[in-house]
Amino acid sequence: MRRPRSLRILPSQITAPEVFHDRRRVLAALGFGAAALAVSVSDARAAAMPSGAQAPVGRQVRSGTPRFTRNAAYRSAEPLTPFDDVTSYNNFYEFGPDKSDPKARAASLLAEPWSVEFAGECELRGRLTLEDVLKPHALEERIYRFRCVEAWSMVVPWLGFPLADLIRRANPTSRAKYVEFTTLHDPKQMPGQRTAILDWPYVEGLRIDEAMHPLTLLVVGVYGQWLPNQNGAPLRLIVPWKYGFKSIKSIVRFRFVEREPRTTWNVMAPDEYGFYANVNPQVDHPRWSQARERRLGSGLFAPRIETLPFNGYAEAVATLYRGMDLRRYY
Amino acid sequence: MSVEQRYRWIYKPLVAAACLAPLAWLTARAAAVGDLSLGPDPSRELLHSLGRTALNLLWVTLVVSPARQWLRAPQLLRLRRMLGLFAFGYAALHFLVYAALELELDPGRLGSELAKRPYILIGSLALLGMLPLALTSTSAMMRRLGRQWQRLHRLVYAVAVLALWHFWWQTRAALREPLLYALILAVLLGWRLWQRARVTSKSAPARVPERT
Repeated sequence: MRRPRSLRILPSQITAPEVFHDRRRVLAALGFGAAALAVSVSDARAAAMPSGAQAPVGRQVRSGTPRFTRNAAYRSAEPLTPFDDVTSYNNFYEFGPDKSDPKARAASLLAEPWSVEFAGECELRGRLTLEDVLKPHALEERIYRFRCVEAWSMVVPWLGFPLADLIRRANPTSRAKYVEFTTLHDPKQMPGQRTAILDWPYVEGLRIDEAMHPLTLLVVGVYGQWLPNQNGAPLRLIVPWKYGFKSIKSIVRFRFVEREPRTTWNVMAPDEYGFYANVNPQVDHPRWSQARERRLGSGLFAPRIETLPFNGYAEAVATLYRGMDLRRYY
Repeated sequence: MSVEQRYRWIYKPLVAAACLAPLAWLTARAAAVGDLSLGPDPSRELLHSLGRTALNLLWVTLVVSPARQWLRAPQLLRLRRMLGLFAFGYAALHFLVYAALELELDPGRLGSELAKRPYILIGSLALLGMLPLALTSTSAMMRRLGRQWQRLHRLVYAVAVLALWHFWWQTRAALREPLLYALILAVLLGWRLWQRARVTSKSAPARVPERT
């Protein structure tokens, strides 16, 4: 993707993971509590930002730099996957089937202006501009592991807010058992949609309790920046305990429904991609094992990492699936 | 310069260099020469590139016979052995990288992958099928096997079909590329069938009308 020079991030501007973690240690050593970690942008990255960056969190102007706090509960002991890898290795078939296609071809996506539709079993129905969607929500940075169904993984600092907060605003009725998400369908902006490699538009879904779970994040940025187009600008989902394809990109519609939504990959190959798609090392994809994963950016000879149940978030989410046969509901 | 000399000193070295170029390129990227790299997911890139090169060279090997006729250049046959051996070499490297980086040299994992994933089994069969062809590729073996040599080397058609199948099976949604390989293979194998049918019908004795 070609972006104006001013928006391009030089590798030198990205905080090295060591520095990043060191900052936390230093703060902790100085006796700052969790509150200190939650103040507005306050590390090496902030140095490159205009002084206005310290202004209180409020209405976002997407052309500038996002304002956010760091959620101390979601940090990571593992090194972050470099920005260049996070933004150049993407499955986003709307721009082509190769991992390098989205970065090369996503410039045609118009992420601004953007609006989102609310439909189905909820009170807040109709269209909202993205600005109005974001307005009441404070953005926070959370570092999550991201595990693709293809057995590679990343560690990514996302910027967003809990989907639950938006769902509360939408005020779903008691009949809303699921949330269905839809990606933009516009072959002019998304050249990959000119070929029927998938049944466009891309649709994903969550059970309402999954959608309301505090880990489920609506994401607008990554690495302190607004989302690059290839990562699903301007609004995407991140469900860290599920395979990456559940984390739908470039969302234009939320629909609250009573029945399980027909989700794209599940319809296309039901024996390979379940509706739940919870990360599970015990249940193989028919064509490959899910027991281990390749961490992006860790080098050619880096040993594989053992994949954890629910991608390491079992403690927080396993209760959602109590009593369910996870081999059957994969 | 005689045809033989030209092949020996010019064409063969050029083809060998062309066949080695992908390996040199991958090595340079793996060793991070200059700004080169294998990207964020290096073992997958290496694995897929080696497999793809093996597939490409196998297809080029199969082009030799029809090309001799289409271009009226029967001497092209002199390049076929080298092409086939390079295809085998890349396929073997593809397997080694899989065994070393994907399975981390755990024989138990290889066993379970072979049992559970048909495309791994099919790819392994394709590689095993190339082994006798590589072993009998020397001139001495050709002389020793005589007519049997040609019969044995028809195994390459089965290998090509298995290799294509192995490739096809791994595609998630975009079928365009495996389809292209399939079309080319269909032309290459179809041409041979057609040739065979033509030759047999020419050499067959004139049909005697059935008596009624």
